[in-house]
Amino acid sequence: MQALYAQLLVGLINGSFYALLSLGLAVIFGMLNIINFAHGALYMMGAFVAYFLLNLGGINYWWALLLAPIIVGIFGMILERTMLQWLTGLDHLYGLLLTFGIALIVQGVFQNYFGSSGLPYAIPDQLRGGMNLGFMFLPIYRGWVVVFSLAVCLATWFLIEKTQLGAYLRAATENPTLVRAFGINVPRMITLTYGLGVGLAALAGVLSAPINQVRPLMGADLIIVVFAVVVIGGMGSIMGSIITGFALGVIEGLTKYFYPEASNTVVFVLMVLVLLVKPTGLTGRAA
Amino acid sequence: MRRIISTMLLGTAIALAGASAAMAQDKTIKIGVLTDNSGLYADLGGPGSTLAAQMAIEDAGLTAKGWKIDLISADHQNKPDIGTAIARQWIDVEKVDVFMDVLNSGVALAVNNVVKEKNSILIDTGAATSDLTNAQCSPNTIHWVYDTYMLANSTGQALVKAGGDTWYFLTADYAFGHALERDTTAVVLKSGGKVIGTVKHPLNTADFSSFLLQAQASKAKIVGMANAGGDTTNTIKQAAEFGIVSGGQKLAGLLLFITDVHALGLKVAQGLNFTETFYWDLNDGTRAFSKRFSERMKNKAMPSMVQAGVYSGLLHYFKALEAMGGNPHDGAKVVAKMKEMPTDDQLFGKGSIRADGRKLHPAYLFEVKKPDESKGPWDYYKLIGTTAADQAFRPLSESVCPLVKK
Repeated sequence: MQALYAQLLVGLINGSFYALLSLGLAVIFGMLNIINFAHGALYMMGAFVAYFLLNLGGINYWWALLLAPIIVGIFGMILERTMLQWLTGLDHLYGLLLTFGIALIVQGVFQNYFGSSGLPYAIPDQLRGGMNLGFMFLPIYRGWVVVFSLAVCLATWFLIEKTQLGAYLRAATENPTLVRAFGINVPRMITLTYGLGVGLAALAGVLSAPINQVRPLMGADLIIVVFAVVVIGGMGSIMGSIITGFALGVIEGLTKYFYPEASNTVVFVLMVLVLLVKPTGLTGRAA
Repeated sequence: MRRIISTMLLGTAIALAGASAAMAQDKTIKIGVLTDNSGLYADLGGPGSTLAAQMAIEDAGLTAKGWKIDLISADHQNKPDIGTAIARQWIDVEKVDVFMDVLNSGVALAVNNVVKEKNSILIDTGAATSDLTNAQCSPNTIHWVYDTYMLANSTGQALVKAGGDTWYFLTADYAFGHALERDTTAVVLKSGGKVIGTVKHPLNTADFSSFLLQAQASKAKIVGMANAGGDTTNTIKQAAEFGIVSGGQKLAGLLLFITDVHALGLKVAQGLNFTETFYWDLNDGTRAFSKRFSERMKNKAMPSMVQAGVYSGLLHYFKALEAMGGNPHDGAKVVAKMKEMPTDDQLFGKGSIRADGRKLHPAYLFEVKKPDESKGPWDYYKLIGTTAADQAFRPLSESVCPLVKK
């Protein structure tokens, strides 16, 4: 029983990464209608930027949490301005292919220069060590990841669903022409939204740098699972992707305990089941 | 009459000249490096293996003697089906004579079958499974660098002797992990230890915390990592986080490469024990080669034992072909010649190749240095024990390989 609690908690930790990443994807899909396959590569870039900030600039983890999302976010906005914006109104397939190609190029460039084994990034001193919870040894850093990403997820949800800016955004996706008629610069808003989604991915990258090796393929391994999370949660649904992210982390954690061999397929089995029963995803509305 | 005889002699002479030309004939060689060029094992094999092959071609000096040597490389993506498809194409269309590297045990076992069926040659320097020279042994295959039996024998025995008599395995869920766990379990049991449990994780897992918690709960003295590459580095890194080592358990890296230690950094990797058959800083010969190698690598990396094996294996292959006076393009025949000749090169020293295809050389037990013991980048290992070539690998008396006459 104790072991079960421990697995639940560990699942929650992985769930925070799924939630942060799928949230970014949901924001981008919901507002821009783009299936952003470059998300994994941008997550990886976030981790690498944190590494460079520390090793080249001596800038610590806490600043990296702020700076890496901004730097990668700007990179994302350049992508949107120079490439993605031309795909507005075209079939989803074009955006998917373009972003997938971008992901392959970015990963290839990083792999060319840094190899596949990756680079080490240490846990910041303040978050080192762990506490004994009775049923498990919880590394403080992991606890921090859960709390911090939950806060970021809720803040993003609040921004989009409850503020005026969010209302503009949602209106702009529904009917861009009308919103523009009210004097709102829709293209700029869309660029900023893409930057926000990308920034969330980079933030997840920084959070994961001390846990996993900083590797060029770290995003490629994760992105497929995250897409399954988004599909299960319902494409474009903000709260849906947050909840599904955490829930799937837990389910995956339990699988690792009861039947470890299936731990990297369980998410896809669930996806198949959900699509069969409710093709719009758990929280999605029929189009 | 005289004219007839002289015509006949001339005819015979021409025929003989033609025949001997056909014998000394073909001085072309095509080498294929089949490896993981982009995945989790790309640093320990990958482009470095191709570079090692290139250096072997340059150093052998055969091109100056009129040989023509081609080198190609491909990425098998750690998928046996892709590996065998490339292997068939290479043999049938590209006319590749010899396959080098072929890391990943799953791919290696699959390619091993194709190579045997088509009478080509596999000099495997990357795969770990000891089945390549045991149940699955082949007259066309030489297993050059290391295998699971040797790793288990050296590292496993040393750890049990040092008091680590209860084990829990974290095993990569494919041919390699299974073989490594099986061979290590045998050694642990034989040395008087016990295996408490095991958990099999999928290849290329990012998060090991669930598995580590299970290992921690088992209270085993040794947590044996029967995995490799990125899986091992992630396990070690996260084990530190979960306080596995500070809680009194010891991590056993059953297969670790210098590129893994480099990726982890000494702070995390220090104190780990594991076995390799090559280290760049062993002697003058290894240092000279490694320096030249590192200068030509994009990230200035030192060679792993897999890459060193590509160089060493090819040099021996070239020697055999030179002794045969040409390339007969007959895999089994060339491999038989290679087994006949003793091996000798700067990297692995003097050695031999056994009837079952096992290349024999010493195995070294290393410990990773503490950060303050290291003089600089890549100065990572302390040698703490050596197993002689004839002791390091599975004895022929235990072999089930049909090539071994009993």
